[in-house]
Amino acid sequence: MSGGVVIVGAAETDDIGTLPNHSTMRLHTEAARNALRDCGIDKSEVDGIAGVSMPGPISVAHSLGIEPRWVDTTSVGGTSFLTHVRHAVAALEAGHCSVVLITHGESGRSQVGAPRYTPDPASVVGQFEAPYGVTGPPSRFTVPFLRFMKETGTQARHLADVAVAQRKWAAMNPRAKFRDPITVDDVQNSPVIAWPFHLLECCLVTDGGGALVLTTEERAKDLDVAAVRVLGTGEGYEASGISMMEDFTTFKGFKNSAADAFRAAQMTPADIDHLMIYDAFAHLPLYGLEDLGFVGRGEAGEFVRAGHTSPGGSLPMNTNGGGLSYTHTGMYGMFAIMESVRQLRGTAPAQVAGVRTSLVQGNGGMFAAGSTLILAAAA
Amino acid sequence: MTGTIEEIRGKTAGVKRPRAKMAPSATPETRPYWDAAADGRLSVQRCQACSHVYFYPRDFCPVCSSDLVEWIDCSGRATLHSYVIEHRPGPGFENDGPYVVAVVQLEEGPRMMTNVVGVEPLPENLPLDMELTVQFEPRGDMWVPVFAPAGASA
Ligand SMILES: [Zn+2]
Repeated sequence: MSGGVVIVGAAETDDIGTLPNHSTMRLHTEAARNALRDCGIDKSEVDGIAGVSMPGPISVAHSLGIEPRWVDTTSVGGTSFLTHVRHAVAALEAGHCSVVLITHGESGRSQVGAPRYTPDPASVVGQFEAPYGVTGPPSRFTVPFLRFMKETGTQARHLADVAVAQRKWAAMNPRAKFRDPITVDDVQNSPVIAWPFHLLECCLVTDGGGALVLTTEERAKDLDVAAVRVLGTGEGYEASGISMMEDFTTFKGFKNSAADAFRAAQMTPADIDHLMIYDAFAHLPLYGLEDLGFVGRGEAGEFVRAGHTSPGGSLPMNTNGGGLSYTHTGMYGMFAIMESVRQLRGTAPAQVAGVRTSLVQGNGGMFAAGSTLILAAAA
Repeated sequence: MTGTIEEIRGKTAGVKRPRAKMAPSATPETRPYWDAAADGRLSVQRCQACSHVYFYPRDFCPVCSSDLVEWIDCSGRATLHSYVIEHRPGPGFENDGPYVVAVVQLEEGPRMMTNVVGVEPLPENLPLDMELTVQFEPRGDMWVPVFAPAGASA
């Protein structure tokens, strides 16, 4: 049990969406300053920093005027920020630092000061996947789903059910990119991207950022904030290439990371009030619900269709609208954590009544990495 | 295509000029695989200690860590494990129309990514577990294995 560390600051950039006047660096620093303001901790007290990709946490720290004595650059795709939280908990408990700042900024849409992703043709993926026209996530991340359908009885239509359920949450969230209600027909009539996936079953591409401030429960006592406790964390990994995934119906990154987090928190899925599952594509929540143990094998699609994850349902999921409707900069994990913090603080636009516990499940790469956070409201 | 620049421009007007399809770049441990492919053979590795057959190439067995591994030529028969029909083409595929990005299971056991060719890319033509056979397509100076429905002429 790692109840000794809390999230005290959490904030996104002022705006998210299309921000051509924000460099990648500006997205990091704006989010960081907002998060520090959120908790009332001065930057001079920050001695640990974590981040991923360019410009990197040393650059971000220097830009902010912070001199870290602990840095984490763990780079495991969109779930990196959840992993940073897990590593920050260990560092804070070990006394390696006393206040950790985790930043994300990505100019995913406008590409201002952003890194280019170019596959190395000599890498394993470059040799054995890239020659087949699979340069982007839509044609790689989606490949396992037909096998998942065949083995579990899931239907392609369940992808649309996920998109419809999440749009209901987005409709209540003024910051969500897409807010108009949609039907299953709307989803299935949107352009085919990589059959069986349609446009509305694929995530947005946006600009934005977010940042977190973590410290010990002891330090947090003097702060006038609703501290969010980190009860359990986990991480798990599979393979860098989608074709190397061992079983196309289950993801080790979800299964192993969540099992560790539940063990650490001494909890089971029945103890979770609110759930965020990283949704770069609409099949991820279906895998997640099953791999995390919220439903049995082959039951996720019907569970979503029946409304259990929708507003008023028993397991509110992706309540910001998710990567499908809210925002997706490219590395969405930070925004999933943000929504869990808001729900636990009681400040979410689509607030669910009585949320005491929340689980955030991240994905990194394409079924390559997973990390899990189990968070709880202030005692 | 020959002729003056103007003539060539005339012939290619309205045609989206394709970029090159991505070509793999061999490393020492994958070189035998690519050499075999250029020779029209699909070759994977088998562990002589535990008999495990595996792909992608490594110079040791990923199951038992033995260094005693050998190359074997595959039958070229495979089944369709999973796929998508890509409607937003990657570099070099711009003029191909929708195409099939698949993972196939070789008769020898390992799975690999590939394209399914020689069949109109429609779901009804592509039931999972259908039988396929290997053929080879150029990517730059290299040849990559692709798969067509078994019995279809290349
Ligand atoms: Zn072996």
